[in-house]
Amino acid sequence: MSTAVVTGQRLAYLRAIEAESIHIFREVVSEFQRPVMLYSIGKDSAVMLRLAQKAFYPGPIPFPLLHIDTGYKFREMIEFRDRYTAELGLRLVVHRNEEAIANGAHPSILGTQRCCGLLKTQALLDGLRNGGYDAAFGGARRDEEKSRAKERIYSFRDSHGQWDPRNQRPELWNIYNSRIEPKESIRVFPLSNWTEIDIWQYIHLENIPIVPLYYAMTRDVVVRGNSITLSEAAPGEPTVPMKVRMRSLGCSPCTGAIRSEADTLPKIIDELRGFRRSERENRVIDHDTEGSMEIKKREGYF
Amino acid sequence: MQSTVNESVEQFIALEQQKTLLRILTCGSVDDGKSTLIGRLLHDTRNVYEDQLQSIAKGTLNRSTAAVDLSLLTDGLRAEREQGITIDVAYRYFTTARRKFVLADTPGHEQFTRNMATGASTADVAIILIDARHGVLPQSRRHAYICSLLGIRTAVVAINKMDLLGFDQKVFDAIRAEFAPLLEQLHYDNPYFLPCSALDGDNIVDRSKRIPWFEGPALLEYLENTDPNDRAAQGDFRFSVQHVIRPNLDFRGYAGTIASGVIRTGDDIRVWPSRRTSKISRIVTYDGDLEAAQAGQSVTLTLEDEIDIARGELFTRSHEAPTTAKRFYADIVWMQDRPLRLDRPWIIKHTTRQVRTRAVRIRHRVNINTFEEQHNIQQLGLNEIGVVEFEGALPLFFDPYTSNRTTGAFIIIDPETNATAGAGMLRGAVEAEFRPVKPGDRVARYGHQSKVIRLNGRTDLARRLERRIFDRGGVAAVLDHANIEVLEALAEAGCIALLVNEPSTAPLAVEDHAAIEELLDEIFGSHSEDGKAGEVATEGEGI
Repeated sequence: MSTAVVTGQRLAYLRAIEAESIHIFREVVSEFQRPVMLYSIGKDSAVMLRLAQKAFYPGPIPFPLLHIDTGYKFREMIEFRDRYTAELGLRLVVHRNEEAIANGAHPSILGTQRCCGLLKTQALLDGLRNGGYDAAFGGARRDEEKSRAKERIYSFRDSHGQWDPRNQRPELWNIYNSRIEPKESIRVFPLSNWTEIDIWQYIHLENIPIVPLYYAMTRDVVVRGNSITLSEAAPGEPTVPMKVRMRSLGCSPCTGAIRSEADTLPKIIDELRGFRRSERENRVIDHDTEGSMEIKKREGYF
Repeated sequence: MQSTVNESVEQFIALEQQKTLLRILTCGSVDDGKSTLIGRLLHDTRNVYEDQLQSIAKGTLNRSTAAVDLSLLTDGLRAEREQGITIDVAYRYFTTARRKFVLADTPGHEQFTRNMATGASTADVAIILIDARHGVLPQSRRHAYICSLLGIRTAVVAINKMDLLGFDQKVFDAIRAEFAPLLEQLHYDNPYFLPCSALDGDNIVDRSKRIPWFEGPALLEYLENTDPNDRAAQGDFRFSVQHVIRPNLDFRGYAGTIASGVIRTGDDIRVWPSRRTSKISRIVTYDGDLEAAQAGQSVTLTLEDEIDIARGELFTRSHEAPTTAKRFYADIVWMQDRPLRLDRPWIIKHTTRQVRTRAVRIRHRVNINTFEEQHNIQQLGLNEIGVVEFEGALPLFFDPYTSNRTTGAFIIIDPETNATAGAGMLRGAVEAEFRPVKPGDRVARYGHQSKVIRLNGRTDLARRLERRIFDRGGVAAVLDHANIEVLEALAEAGCIALLVNEPSTAPLAVEDHAAIEELLDEIFGSHSEDGKAGEVATEGEGI
């Protein structure tokens, strides 16, 4: 971003939320023993990484990244992850629920809720416990989903990693309560006050590298009802070439693509301005029952 | 084709960069139409997506109402949808051509006072909803009070459901006449009274044609244009060190967020608590060094001098000192079931420091419906508000909350549960109470009581004794003759009076070391704990 003009007036909004996020990173690193960043490879994680670089500049990012790999992440995501984290010289920890993966966990067999429970929630809790992490940064935003709108910036988790939405610590000003007992932890959401369009504008203004799947290009897709998927076609299922992109990145069986011509960041932003539907609409897992995000979060999902 | 898309987007992005952020708070209950008002704002500014509208249609099946209920857009937790009430603070985001808004949606019921205080802590503007049919209720007064206590000075009083009263101007005028004096008393700056109907959208996004007698802007227009005085940007420079950045031996930077004011390279600063001074050599950011930075920016400062500085220390300009006090008092909103009591330790987190404290006195509790001050209070319970004095293990460096919402604020953490137990808005230092010097204080300092010692004309002995008493921390005065007034004054002051030319019943010689040591032991070992020194000394027989 360009050099600030000091006016004595209110900061422009993107600068204001950028500064707030940097403040959160510094506060966590100062008050916790073993922080970690949950790195999902998506656009929000990309923004978090840049903010962390800014927070500790000219020093290095003082914590490792943890990626929970379900085994169903797109190939382009894994390639991007390995290349980009190496380029930045970051320590990357990858955790997988190998047992569930070996047993062939798949949403079409287990149902989406149980599959997420094993490959994401369980893997996340195990990954955090293995590392002995007491604070974990996540890229969730309050505008994504209505139970997340009630989430704190410092979200307290008990010794089982669970969230109790009815008994959250009040959070005032920019003063965060970091006190926990051993085995308890805090999930920290530095992007709480960012919206989807803020994320894209920031990626554009800051030239932040992102996974190519976000850009529209002609890809072989499978069309099932209303959803366009990049996952493997079932035997006998036809694939068709279509110009598509991903608006949000998750596991390949559960994340749909959208038809799009947006192959540059300005075009993505332009497309977003015209959208009448939310970004998580193409995430099957949010819609399996009413309030399903809240249920997953209570169990320890992030 | 491509270039036009890019140009229009680049223009859009350029305009976005000029938008400011306004944080607003809505207070009211479901009955006042608060959730409907927010739903209306989000919906009519096209900040709700179609699938979210469809999902509330799905949610509505669980409720008795059949039509799509905009209030369901805001109640995010299952318990809230089931009970049809807002329990917790929710944050909503919407944007218009002119501004970005963060809206804190807070519950209005008295038992959720803490959640309203939470939402109010960061808000610039409060929207206080009043149901036109019911007028000013105790809860309206309570909402205005809490928002004021948390530092909000700009308020919109949205008098809702005017449609149910045929948009009667007399109703509106009566409510304004009743409520305006209270808002003035609570230091609101020119509150904006607005007649509206959230259900039908009158005066929410567009000016209503159904209220011809009202000429002011609709709610959104007001929010886009109001410019609450940004006290932080204009205040004295305050910066709490959050983190020390030392990537190598050549760089030592102090990272933090500027709480208020402006700082430029070359400016002199003072560091608290050491009070040492230095000058800003660089304002470092990832995007390059800055010449100057202002409130709200997160930066890294380097100094011209090598000073040992840690997290929690405060930078100010050298001539703009903060209040420094170990004993301070503050408005407290209590937020947990375990009450605030004087016999328990509490941790205060103020800026980037945690300080152990104890509450020393509850000055009063406020009845939040009548604002009446209640005295002789032993504790504050959940959702209660009062003024409390604390004593910290270390001093705080702060400003009164009314002049600085960052350096004037703290949270209270219960060390037994780690819960955030309360919020504090600092008022000032507790002036040390005047305590006259008591005889016991003198005994504690000198190590002896006052005493009269007669020396039979031995001047040399008097001076030697004075020296010995002096070396042990005591205080003695050498006099030729007894003068009753002088002796009384010396006794009052806790002195040993050495009377040179007064006869003694037990003469002492300089050579008599044993006797002198015995005398000194008697002086320094015989004082009574209760310190009634004067009496004993004037009557006590010397040597």
